[in-house]
Amino acid sequence: MALADHMPTSRVARARQMHVGLGVALVVVGMFSLTVGATDVALGPALLKLVQGEALTRIEAIVLWDIRAPRLVLGLLVGAALAVGGAVMQGLFRNPLADPGLVGVSAGAGLGAITAIVLAGFAPLWLATTMGDQLVPVAAFLGGWTSTMVLYQVSTRRGRTSVATMLLAGIALGALAGALSGILVYISDDRQLRDLTFWGLGSLGGASWTKTIAAGPIILVAVIAACALGRGLNGLALGEATAAHIGLNVQRVKNVAILTVAAATGAAVAVSGGIGFIGIVVPHLLRLGTGPDHRPLLINAALLGALLLVLADVIARVIIAPAELPIGIVTAVLGAPVFLWILLRQRGMVDL
Amino acid sequence: MDRRSFLTISLALGVTPAQLWSASSAKDVIAIGGDVTEIVYALGQGHRLVARDATSTFPPAAQELPDVGYMRRLSAEGVLSFAPELIVSAEGAGPPEVIDILRAASVEFAEVPEGYDTDAIVRKIETVGAALDVRDRAEALAAETRSELDTALGRAARSEDKKMRVMFILSTQGGRILASGTGTGANGIIEMAGGVNAVSSFEGYKPLSDEAASAAAPDVILMMDRSGDHASTDAELFGLPALSVTPAAATRNVVRMDGLFLLGFGPRTAKAVTALNRALYPT
Repeated sequence: MALADHMPTSRVARARQMHVGLGVALVVVGMFSLTVGATDVALGPALLKLVQGEALTRIEAIVLWDIRAPRLVLGLLVGAALAVGGAVMQGLFRNPLADPGLVGVSAGAGLGAITAIVLAGFAPLWLATTMGDQLVPVAAFLGGWTSTMVLYQVSTRRGRTSVATMLLAGIALGALAGALSGILVYISDDRQLRDLTFWGLGSLGGASWTKTIAAGPIILVAVIAACALGRGLNGLALGEATAAHIGLNVQRVKNVAILTVAAATGAAVAVSGGIGFIGIVVPHLLRLGTGPDHRPLLINAALLGALLLVLADVIARVIIAPAELPIGIVTAVLGAPVFLWILLRQRGMVDL
Repeated sequence: MDRRSFLTISLALGVTPAQLWSASSAKDVIAIGGDVTEIVYALGQGHRLVARDATSTFPPAAQELPDVGYMRRLSAEGVLSFAPELIVSAEGAGPPEVIDILRAASVEFAEVPEGYDTDAIVRKIETVGAALDVRDRAEALAAETRSELDTALGRAARSEDKKMRVMFILSTQGGRILASGTGTGANGIIEMAGGVNAVSSFEGYKPLSDEAASAAAPDVILMMDRSGDHASTDAELFGLPALSVTPAAATRNVVRMDGLFLLGFGPRTAKAVTALNRALYPT
């Protein structure tokens, strides 16, 4: 009994310790990702050169500063956004299978991206010239945001958002977006079709400072805001009515949850395409390890999500170098068996 | 080496200094696109290649080179790891951010325009030749290719009413026929080889409804010769209800040819035209 009494506190303490552990691991993995790549440019020698006041070669500078650095930053942000988005959705819907897709972000972003890829040729000239290469990410973000807002409006009556309506309307909206995407797929040529397929598998391959600066602040603000939702989501776990009785502003928690997830995931999907599995696996791994308290969970999810995505990206770009694997393949191929293994090992001990 | 000894050596070798310079500045080149790689080899510049993309499978020597992946999804660092000075690429290499980075890393980038007729092939050869700085060879190869193509086209030409109706099928995955309409390489090669595309109601590769496939009434089915999930045997092919009623099914007339050979539109296209023409009109 004594053990059981101590369990919750010790798990929370462990979760708090984990912030530090994951933080340190993140720094190590970050360094690793700056060092490893198809070229033999490495971080150590380059830093040594800088310290000694020597100039880097052009290739060193480009590989480190223009290729690996934006990729690392974008990887950290996207990983954190996907994992926190997953954790918040699972808390909001009180469903372990929930992911950001439930609020329509993925379907909307996918539709936006497909529209941009297929119909780019028909876009008015001013749009094509002002947007240039950024057309697909911008369209994906707008698509994700719009579809979330539509869902939010549909499921909110008299200032109260019904999570159940949102879930069902989300399925309908997803089907509609899928059908529209299907029409666009039909009229696309085989090159666009390949672009669509690759977009769906995700990649950090096109990372640039422009993208990082455009998406970074949105993701950062949204993730930090979402991390503050811990107490609210803990309250919601008791049920909406009870949460309201213990003095929680339920509607505000819902609003913040939906908006931050839409912004963070929308921006993440826009710059990296569809990267699956991080949003589901990371929160579960953490819950199995350190319990369901959302306060430390959300922060750990951000750290672990960032860590795993950067690691997956390193694998994606070195495993078949000089070519590159879509990162979605890596996250699924590595994530799925590990997740299954942990589930099977813990079965009977842990009730999800 | 100093200037005098340099001059002596170059004179002894019977070349002008300029030639020696251009020879010594032999660049490391990456070829992107099956047709581009073929042209590089046909120009005798294969030794300058340090890498190629996934579609560059001919000549066999090209397959020995490292593969930088699918041309629309190049990895900036993967490409830079070969420290190339020049990338000769088919139209549409990407993603654009990667191309920007490569340009910033002072990698030259030459894009070879796409096209499905004799003029397009000649233009490709000239563009690759100019990028590799072997214009003379390119002129010669272009002239040779043009005359071969003219001969092949002349032999293949026939009057409108005697043309075979050809349906190019990309795949029959799950019983659905993915056929070529107009504006594709398949359409181009069918016309060059003296056939007529049985499917002219749409552009590009699209799934064909069963009734439309029957109504197209092809005399010949043309497919790429490959294994894997796209492969289908004659029995499977003509077992499809849509095709079973076509003239092609009655005569079991299927032609299978290597994809790059058939649709590459490079130096081997004259041979492809002749080969397809012979396959369409065996007598």
